[in-house]
Amino acid sequence: MNSVLEIQNLETVLHTELRPVWAVDGLTLQIMKGETFALLGESGCGKSITALSIMRLLPEAGEIVGGSIRLGGEDLLLLPEAAMRNVRGKRIGMIFQEPMLSLNPVMTVAQQIGEVLQRHFDLRGQAAEKRIVQILDQVGIPDAASRMNEYPFQFSGGMKQRIMIAMALAGEPELLIADEPTTALDVTIQAQVLELMRGLQQQGGMAILLITHDLGVASEMAHRVGIMYAGEIVETASREAFFRGPAHPYSRKLLAALPGRDRRKQGHRLDAIRGNVPSLSREFVGCRFADRCDQAWELCHQVAPGWTALTGEQQVRCHLFNQNFGSKIVKPAVSGQAGAPATLDAESWEFESFPSAGTEQSTPDGSLLSVTDLKVYFPIHKGLMRRVAGYVKAVDGISLRIDRGKTLALVGESGCGKTTAGKAMLQLIPPTGGSVRYNGVELVGLERNRLRRLRGEFQLIFQDPYSSLNPRMRIIDIIEEGMNALGVEDDGKEPKEKRVDELLESVGLPAETKWRYPHEFSGGQRQRIAIARALAVNPKLIVCDEPTSALDVSVQAQILNLLRELQRNLGLGYLFITHNISVVEYIADEIAVMYLGRIVERGTVDEVLGSPRHPYTQALLSAVPVIELESKRKVIRLHGDLPSPANPPQGCHFHPRCSHVMPVCRKNYPGASIFSSTHTAHCYLYPQDEEQSDRKTQA
Amino acid sequence: MSFKPVILWTDALVYVLVAVIVIFAWQVRRHEHLLAPWRRVGHSASGMAALTILMFFIVIGLLDTIHLRPAIENGNGGSEAAYGVEVLSLLDLLATPLRTQVETTYSAPFATHLYARETVELPGGGQVREFPRLKFGGAHLQDPETQLFGDIATRAGTGAGLALLLWFLIATSVTAIVAHCRGERFVSTLSTIWQGITPVPWRAVFVTLALILLLGGAALALCSDYHILGTDKVGQDVFYQSLKSIRTGLLIGTLTTLMMLPFALLLGVAAGYFRGWVDDLIQYLYTTLSSIPGVLLIAATVLMMQVYMETHPELFDTIAARADLRLLFLCVILGVTSWTGLCRLLRGETLKLREMEYIQAAHAFGVSHWRIISRHIIPNVMHIVLITTVMDFSGLVLAEAVLSYVGVGVDPSTISFGTMINAARLEMAREPMVWWALFAAFTFMFALVLSANLFADAVQSAFDPRMKTLSALARTWRRKSIGKSA
Repeated sequence: MNSVLEIQNLETVLHTELRPVWAVDGLTLQIMKGETFALLGESGCGKSITALSIMRLLPEAGEIVGGSIRLGGEDLLLLPEAAMRNVRGKRIGMIFQEPMLSLNPVMTVAQQIGEVLQRHFDLRGQAAEKRIVQILDQVGIPDAASRMNEYPFQFSGGMKQRIMIAMALAGEPELLIADEPTTALDVTIQAQVLELMRGLQQQGGMAILLITHDLGVASEMAHRVGIMYAGEIVETASREAFFRGPAHPYSRKLLAALPGRDRRKQGHRLDAIRGNVPSLSREFVGCRFADRCDQAWELCHQVAPGWTALTGEQQVRCHLFNQNFGSKIVKPAVSGQAGAPATLDAESWEFESFPSAGTEQSTPDGSLLSVTDLKVYFPIHKGLMRRVAGYVKAVDGISLRIDRGKTLALVGESGCGKTTAGKAMLQLIPPTGGSVRYNGVELVGLERNRLRRLRGEFQLIFQDPYSSLNPRMRIIDIIEEGMNALGVEDDGKEPKEKRVDELLESVGLPAETKWRYPHEFSGGQRQRIAIARALAVNPKLIVCDEPTSALDVSVQAQILNLLRELQRNLGLGYLFITHNISVVEYIADEIAVMYLGRIVERGTVDEVLGSPRHPYTQALLSAVPVIELESKRKVIRLHGDLPSPANPPQGCHFHPRCSHVMPVCRKNYPGASIFSSTHTAHCYLYPQDEEQSDRKTQA
Repeated sequence: MSFKPVILWTDALVYVLVAVIVIFAWQVRRHEHLLAPWRRVGHSASGMAALTILMFFIVIGLLDTIHLRPAIENGNGGSEAAYGVEVLSLLDLLATPLRTQVETTYSAPFATHLYARETVELPGGGQVREFPRLKFGGAHLQDPETQLFGDIATRAGTGAGLALLLWFLIATSVTAIVAHCRGERFVSTLSTIWQGITPVPWRAVFVTLALILLLGGAALALCSDYHILGTDKVGQDVFYQSLKSIRTGLLIGTLTTLMMLPFALLLGVAAGYFRGWVDDLIQYLYTTLSSIPGVLLIAATVLMMQVYMETHPELFDTIAARADLRLLFLCVILGVTSWTGLCRLLRGETLKLREMEYIQAAHAFGVSHWRIISRHIIPNVMHIVLITTVMDFSGLVLAEAVLSYVGVGVDPSTISFGTMINAARLEMAREPMVWWALFAAFTFMFALVLSANLFADAVQSAFDPRMKTLSALARTWRRKSIGKSA
């Protein structure tokens, strides 16, 4: 018996105002020594509550009402609280999602790790210090002996997450619970952290319970996978079996909802799961997924399915696989690609290039928005007189072009200036220099009144649907606001209210929702409202600032489908700001990769993703976790973090982290190297375009 | 009886305030989405109980606001009616016995004798020092020593009994109306109210109402023949003074806030929203203003105004008009000096809000600054305004007391909690101690401020959508058993 953790029929209830919510309802799982078990599912499925139940750290309203949690044969639920404290941090370590919030900002790193050592091993003074250095070395903190006495704010995000891991490891736990450990991190940092966790597991042989919503991360890390839906596990399988042939309709839908280039090429809509995760406060009769399932029949609505064992370790909770209903079995589509059964209900899409609607005022070159050498500098004030001591060069001379009905993706890590660039293009932040021409009209320096008349032409969709809608306004007021401000539809022919109904219907919401307030909607629905608000003024260009990064995979698919549909019907141009490469692959026509305020590579999707030239693009792409059974790809490890834009490195901004660095890289910023009419990169590895580089060195 | 209505400055402002509230309520009733949060207020038990108490204070305050000058009998019977110089309010008229039954000096609550010995001439010559009988308090009793307790109990009992009857009437009619609205039978509605499961917590309202009516009924029955809260140094009834103080307290609390709000709201939001030099200017302004001792500023202004009033006696036809104007000026001055705290809070909140994405979305629509401020920012800072206003309410009532102590508060002829507390300062030092004036002021003020606070709490949690989760957590303990039984 070498199972580390055994959970039997765990039931956790959250008591809320109206009725109890059965957040975890009869969960059973087992994790072996040295194994990584990935618990996958959308938000609101009870993944985090499961983790907190194991630690017995539930919020005050939570209560474990049934089942057992055995850690090495000992039932944790029967332990008194005092004994439980010896388990937490010692036998079970935990890593949280937000490294910035999980470390105490007023204690040094050494003090925080020392606390664990003192509590569980009674190590103090010299001995503790030695051990702290050892642990920090283990998680790859350079120069650990001196940095251990620094405060959390002196470390970068990735380093903080390493320190969190170090704290979790300090107790030498048998089980490590990682609750979305990399969700808040950039892909390059995520790759570092995941590799670190893998390495540590191989050394120490501890078990890991990895909680994530990212199928890619699960596919890279896990040995076994459990899919959680509405408080229960609906499928467990080994990693290979799961990604080769997911059985449960929910798992299949989840995989099919992933965007990617293949999806786009096949011309399919993403396979969104209709509806939302059901509220866990209601009584379930029958299968919990039945309402959203395409293959459900009466039995599914009447009888809750039991476990059915498939080949090997794969088990599924679905009537489709029950022997007694053999005729109903739909063979799970087996395909090498990431769960490609797009046949389910995918309607074919014709992506003909849009015959630019509204070409009345077309510019000579046919571009909707062209940006040349855009700069946004934020002054740094210092001293008593608030003298300007320097500039944060958030956007440092970018040039790009968006055509009608096309999508340009702006890709880069957080802090590289993507969002600032997007806002500066819309003149929401005054640019420091450069030019932004919309339909031939120069926007920079345009006076407020004339700019206001143009505002309706370009709109913005934000990342966080929770902060982008005023909580005190009804949906109808929110949508009408832009129409009122810009005098849209003021001709009296069509009442505004009717227009709002149409807009809501066009984004897939019933018209009567307009009387409600934003807090009554889920994240995906809010994002739809935000899109309807932007569409209300008939824009031609929409800047989408990470519109899906706060959403679940299945909801992300809904939103991406909606955006593409709108582009097809209305001929919208999109500037799509994101760090999610698979979304880019699905939605973008062109890509611009940004690093530290500058665009390092530009080209069409196929050019940039197919043959990336800049070392940064290569590293970025290699760091994206992908669902591949035989993972052959080599992650190009980037050293360190993004430098501060207040003090960018001399020469090529990327040289301190680049593996191909040459002496010339340290001196001057490279000019453009042109590979095709659309594909350019700034790197000395390739022959420079003479004229361009001259101009750059002078600047 | 003929009379001439008088509208003092503060009365006018109170009427405006009432009118605004009525129009606002009418607007709210017509719009379902505006009504929804007020419904939630109506569903809070503590809020509704507090509102019941507040209503009594407000009714008394309003009664005291309607001023008039009664006609006086003029001997020559001329056609022109003459009116008394004394401005009376409706409350004064209703409480005429309380107002006119003045003893010579201190007497304890329910006392029949004075609190101080006096030298009394005996009918047969000679003098004796004793506690003389009161002229009005318990004057109808033959033998106070034996009859007092019985008499008080009978009267209080009768008063409470009548009050209970009134309560019964009110409760029955309210239940009947509720039953009618819900289309249920009277008895079933009564039982749901009794079990406390109606959406509007009528049970809590009825219990509060019963308590107030019992106390009020007993007090009413007793107050015409006894000084139920004693008398003060000049023999005035303390209960009457307490009733009169309610209007002053309410005025200082509400009018000052009204004076302060435009400054705090406009300047605070402008500073946070526009930043740059506007922010610098407003920050310097309130930093400077808040570093001058407030009392000094107020004292200087009040003294200036006092001098002006004394040199222009022709401006005021009655003493009441003068006292009233002084009260109004005190409100204005307190308002002008106390906006800095709220302004600072609002500036901080606006700085946070202006970075919110919905504000940026509004910018992207080209919405004007004024509309962004009025539609996006102000509704989202209203909860701060509300909390600060109510917290300031009690502070302002106390500030008035402090200022009256320094001698720059309300006019000495205005009865207020401040003047009562100020007078109590000397009475507490006296031996034997006179405690009832302070006790009365304290009790009334405490009830007023506490119910205002509780009501504001209910309003706040109903209006702030983010507060919901918190209240959900707070209730979990009560619901724990459900999970176990399920």
